[in-house]
Parts: sequence; C-alpha cells; structure tokens
Amino acid sequence: MTNADPFNEMLNADGSVREPYRVLSDWIGTQPENDLRKMSTDAEGIFRRLGITFAVYGQEEADERLIPFDVIPRIISAAEWRRLSKGIEQRVRALNAFLHDIYHRQEIVRAGKIPQKLIVQNEAFCPQMIGVEPVRGVYSHIIGVDIVRVGPDQFYVLEDNLRTPSGVSYMLQNREAMMTLAPDLFQKMRVAPVDTYPEDLRRTLQSVAPQGRELAPNIIVLTPGIHNSAYFEHSFLADQMGVQLCEGRDIFVEEAKVHMRTTRGPQRVDVIYRRIDDDFLDPLTFRPDSMLGVPGLFDAYRAGNVTLVNAPGTGIADDKAVYTYVPEIIDFYLGERPILQNVPTYNCTNDSERAYVLEHLPELVVKEVHGSGGYGMMVGPTASKAMHKEFAEKIKTRPDNYIVQPTLALSACPTFTRAGIAPRHVDLRPYVLVGDEIRITPGGLTRVALKKGSLVVNSSQGGGTKDTWVLED
Amino acid sequence: MAMMLGRTAANLFWLSRYVERAENIARLLEAGVRMSLISRRDQSEGEYLTSMLQAAAVADLYFSKYEAADLKSVAQFMLLDPDNPSSVYSCFRNARTNARTERTALTSDMWEGINSSWLEIAEVRMGQVTEKQLPDLIAWVKQASHRFRGALLGTILRNDGYAFSQIGNFVERADNTARILDMKYYVLLPRSSFVGGDVDIQQWTLILRATSAYSSYRHTYHDRFKAWNIAQYLILRTEMPRSLAFCSRWVRSSLDLIDTLYGARTDAHARAEEMCEMLEGTDMDAIFRRGLHEYLVEFIGRNNALTDALASSYDFY
Repeated sequence: MTNADPFNEMLNADGSVREPYRVLSDWIGTQPENDLRKMSTDAEGIFRRLGITFAVYGQEEADERLIPFDVIPRIISAAEWRRLSKGIEQRVRALNAFLHDIYHRQEIVRAGKIPQKLIVQNEAFCPQMIGVEPVRGVYSHIIGVDIVRVGPDQFYVLEDNLRTPSGVSYMLQNREAMMTLAPDLFQKMRVAPVDTYPEDLRRTLQSVAPQGRELAPNIIVLTPGIHNSAYFEHSFLADQMGVQLCEGRDIFVEEAKVHMRTTRGPQRVDVIYRRIDDDFLDPLTFRPDSMLGVPGLFDAYRAGNVTLVNAPGTGIADDKAVYTYVPEIIDFYLGERPILQNVPTYNCTNDSERAYVLEHLPELVVKEVHGSGGYGMMVGPTASKAMHKEFAEKIKTRPDNYIVQPTLALSACPTFTRAGIAPRHVDLRPYVLVGDEIRITPGGLTRVALKKGSLVVNSSQGGGTKDTWVLED
Repeated sequence: MAMMLGRTAANLFWLSRYVERAENIARLLEAGVRMSLISRRDQSEGEYLTSMLQAAAVADLYFSKYEAADLKSVAQFMLLDPDNPSSVYSCFRNARTNARTERTALTSDMWEGINSSWLEIAEVRMGQVTEKQLPDLIAWVKQASHRFRGALLGTILRNDGYAFSQIGNFVERADNTARILDMKYYVLLPRSSFVGGDVDIQQWTLILRATSAYSSYRHTYHDRFKAWNIAQYLILRTEMPRSLAFCSRWVRSSLDLIDTLYGARTDAHARAEEMCEMLEGTDMDAIFRRGLHEYLVEFIGRNNALTDALASSYDFY
C-alpha cells in the first residue's frame, strides 16, 4: 500500500460526487476563490481573538501559535458514523476491562493471551495502581481514538489515546467558527451538534465522584499552567463546565483529603480532571522533582477520597506494543469480534517479521513504542536514505522499542490551499467519555496534512484542522 | 455559590487595577499633550512631565534612559516601553497574563476585550509613534479601558469576582487621583489672593484634565476655576467618579457585597471604613488646616494598607 491512490472522500474514481458530499460540492462550486480566502482570513481573526493558541516547545519566539484551520468541513454520513461509534464503544469497554484486569488478577496473562513481560516490564505499567479500585471500575474516562480511513468501508484505528488526549476544544471551536463563517452551508445540511460535549463531560465527571460525595461533588480541572501547550484547552473546558481551573499550587492534601485554597478558606475537592501527566502528579509517589503536582495526591486517591480522571497507569493500554493485542483483548473480555480493525503491524521481535521490515523500510512507517505527537517516527516513502539506515540500526539494536506498519493511503478531503481546492490527507479523532454511561460526540477532530502529499497530520509537524460534520438521517 | 481561589481573587483585583492604570496614564499624557501645545517656550512642559513621572514612581528609571523630559520621549516611555513596569504596554501585558490565568473567572466578552487590546498594543513599536499620532494612541488606550470595563459591567455575575475586580479598579483610581493632587498640591493651597494668576489657572486646568474633570467641573460648580473648589471636587464630592470620596465608598460597598456573600466581615472592611471616615466627617477647611500634602500622604498610605488587608483576609497568593 502506498499513497499513490488514496481514497477521496468527496469524489468517486469516475469524478462523480459521493452522496454525503453532494451539498458541500455544490456549495464549493458557487464560492469564488476570493470568498474562500476571506473566510480563511476571518477564521484566523476569530481564533486569534478567542486566544485559541498552542505553544510549540523549544520555539521561544512562536510562544503562542494558531493551528491552521481549513474552512472546508469534512463530512461523515449517518451510517458511517453509526458503525464508527459502535466500534469505538466496543474498544473503550474492552480497554477499561483490560486495565482493571491488569491491575488486579491479570487473567489475560494467566490465559496466555498476552506475554507477561509486555505488561510488567513495560514503562507504562504503574505498579502503584495494583489493587486500586476506581469508582465504577473506570480507568480511562476521557479518550480520543485516532482513526484513519483507507477506503469506502475501511477504517483503521491508529492509536487509542487513553491518558490525556487533547484537541477537543478545537472540535468545539471549529464548529463555532464554521457556523459563523458559512451559515448558509450549515443551514443546508442536518449536522449533528457537538456542543453537548462540555455538559457530557461534566456529567461524566460527576458520575465518578467518590462514595458519599456523589450529590454535589466539587470538580476541578488541574493544569500545569499557562505555559503548557494545551493551556487554552484546559481553561476552555473548565469554563464551559463552570468548574474551577487549578494549578498544583492551588490545592493541597491534608489527612488524605484534597482541598483548594479559596477566599473563604480550604474547600474539599472531589473529582480532578487532571491534565498533568502521571509522572508529575504527586512528587511523593512519582517524580520527586515535579513542581507541577500535589504532594500526597496519590494517597488521597488510593484512600478513595478523590477521583483522578483519567486514572494513573492507563498508558499501559495505549502502549504501541499492547496495541497489537487489542483484537485479543476485545475477544477476551467481551467475546466479540472487533468492529474496527487495527492497522496491520509488524512485530520486530519476531525474526521473520523483522527480516521483512528491514528489507522494505522505504515503504513502511516506523514508530517508537513510547513516542507521540509525530516525534520519533519515520515515514519510509518520504524519509531520506540516511534515515532508512538510521532506523534500520535502531530496530536491530532494540527491536522491542519499535512497531512498524505499512504506509497507509490516508483518505483525502477537499481542502482550501494556495492553489485553490485540492485533496489533502486527513485522520479523525473522535472523543469518548466513560462514566455512568459511554458518550461519544458525533464527529471529532479532523486533522489535515496541509502539505501536498504529506501524511503527517500532527499540529507540531505543520498539520491543520477541519470541522467534522456528521450528518443526521 | 461557587468557591473562588484566593489566587483568582488576587488576579481579578490586579487585572482591573492594570487596566485602570493604563487609562490613567493615558489621561496624564493627554494633559501633557495639551500642555505642550501652549507652553512650548517656557519650562513648564518639562516640569509637568517630570512630576508626572514622579507621580507614576518611574522618574528614576526614566532619567537612567533619557537626559531630559520631552513629550515624545516621555510618551514613548509611558506608553510603549516594555522595560517600564508602569507603561501602558506593561499594564496590558500584565492584565492579559492575569486574564489568561483566570480565563474561567472571566466572561468571554471580558477575555476577548483584553486579549484584543493586548494584541493591538503589542503591534505598536517603540519609536514608530510620531507626536502627530500621539492623540490617536492615547484615545485608543482610553477606548481599550472602556471596552474592558464595559464588557465587565455588562456581562459579569454580581458575585465575589465582580466585587474583587471593582475593588481593584477603585483602589487604583483613588491612588491615581491622590497622586495627581499631591504632585501639584502646592498650587492648590489657599493664598492671600483669592484670584489665581495665569500660571495658577494653567496648573489647575492641568489637574482637571488629567482627572477628566475639566468640563464636569463647570457643571458642578457653575463658577470659574478656584483652587478650593478643585480640591474639594477631587477629594470630597461623591458625584465625581474619580474623587477620593467616590472611590472609597465604592470600595466599601464592594466589600459589603463580599461580606453579604460570605457572611463574615474582615480586616479589609475595617480599613475601608477608616478611609471613608477620613472623607465623610470633614470639609476642605479642616483638610487645609491639617495640611493638604499630609492628608494626601495619609490617604495613599491607608489605601495601600487596604490592599494588604485584602490580601491577608482573602488569601491572595
């Protein structure tokens, strides 16, 4: 598989328009290029005024940057979405069951379905979580599943982000922007709303409050602070839910209970939607040098006096090596066949698979097991010969540190570029909430590789975003 | 009622203070521009600008960078210099950082107002502004302040967040009015002759312009400019929104609101009461007998003590 002939989400091979895109295609036909250009400029103005910026680490000057926004929405039909959401729900149920098992009896290891080494020797495994009972048994409450499309009916899950997935504020703001920029187009289609997300999030958080605190739990969002790349999102979500946004210095633990410092003295905190990584949560339990966290927080959590969302240690279930076992995980806990497929993945610790990989590196994608954000990866077809060589050596030295996949022909959507409307590769990150029930917002964040032919959609690597419209029947 | 972090209360207090401070700098400069038009040939422009720098407590910093106080340099310094902690640029930068930290305590209109103002002032470069453009820039600063305050008054919930931002706004304004009066207190002292000379009138109008009281004075007094009236107007008159009496009452009533919401009086309230007593049980004769300068210095000191009491009563950090 190469990107020679990607699936075009708007146009069939014969040039006719696919049904879900009919209205959009007509609309594009009536838009002079100048109008689209003006929409793009207006969109930038809106995002800048709202302060929807992100920071790029290691680039001081560009302290706050905008993620490029494409004004052409991506369309998903009602039927397509039904299948996707079923598949997503199945996955997050299985993965939460897996997490509970891994931190308790490890039945799946005993059954020989997953090698023990892969769990207990994994950096993402969190021994402190063994035996902890999270409320409702939920470990990962807030999930962003990365999905790519390679054909009319073929979707692959690229990654399950079970730790602290970001980007949901872009999903919400992109919709606000599109409703302002193209009200005429919006009115012509029945688009499923996304603005239910903040309320769904609040309900989810409320539903996992500690025992005895369910009635009116004090919920907070915990941020590393204004210098964090996703700070805008943290403050946006707190604001939308009407809860307090806190930094580590705003809260403290006393007698295994969490309190925040208010104008009226200490107030108990019950649920923490934390956007701080596990390592930095609590210097007494995890990294002792963390300035961001709260000493004693983990003890309060273990004592059942506060709920951490997501729970520590969920990374073991979205580890790239564990990822290859998700079909077995679904089968083991649910007794079902996966609705959504994994990307075929080569296991480099297997001699014959490694031999194949080393032969075919220029066609393949190599990812570091613990890498994210597009860092530490190599896209074979666009990488230099020197890169191929470098990664071949890396794989030989540490075969367990890499997974290798074919270069997927990511589907392409019409995108407004300098040269007018042109197809560009996209992926999709729907957002899932798990609490008293599973709530999935229709659509999600579509990321688009703005460079012609590029397959890398990460915002840190020059990707942009689009609004995602799920049509209602 | 939702709980408020002490840090949030502190940031809301300072956010309003910074915006008010930027506006006050604009008013001081506006008076300076006016002055430079009529007093090119004598020393009074430099004198005024120097006293203005002293009132803002940045004279030392200024004279470490410049030799003399001319309008263009002072304007650059007070409007755009990032090294000057009291410049309009610094005020908006700090206000915007506070706002960004407290995004959730702000309405979107407040946030967008302050964010836009910051983005706009950050575009203007030192050295680019000519004297001709100065009035426009000064007008812009006042507009930016009005935009923020308007958004605040039009959209914020009348809860503790509102009260803390009002206290910040009016503590800053009282401080500013007291400093302007003190910087020119000697021209306001009663003398044997009750009719001021040309120089006096020029100084008096300067004070009125710097406090936006120039035309409203006439509506209040229906009389020519008199030092006694001007001092009374800016200290005791409760209908004048920049007077010490008005500001102190506003601070007290904001603290009343907090007390009602929290059901507890604090030390800050006692400080506010004391300030109001300084203004309510007195008249100008008594103030002049005691010494205008001494009176103003005491007021400024009490105003600072109020901020300290606020910080310890409500866990500002």
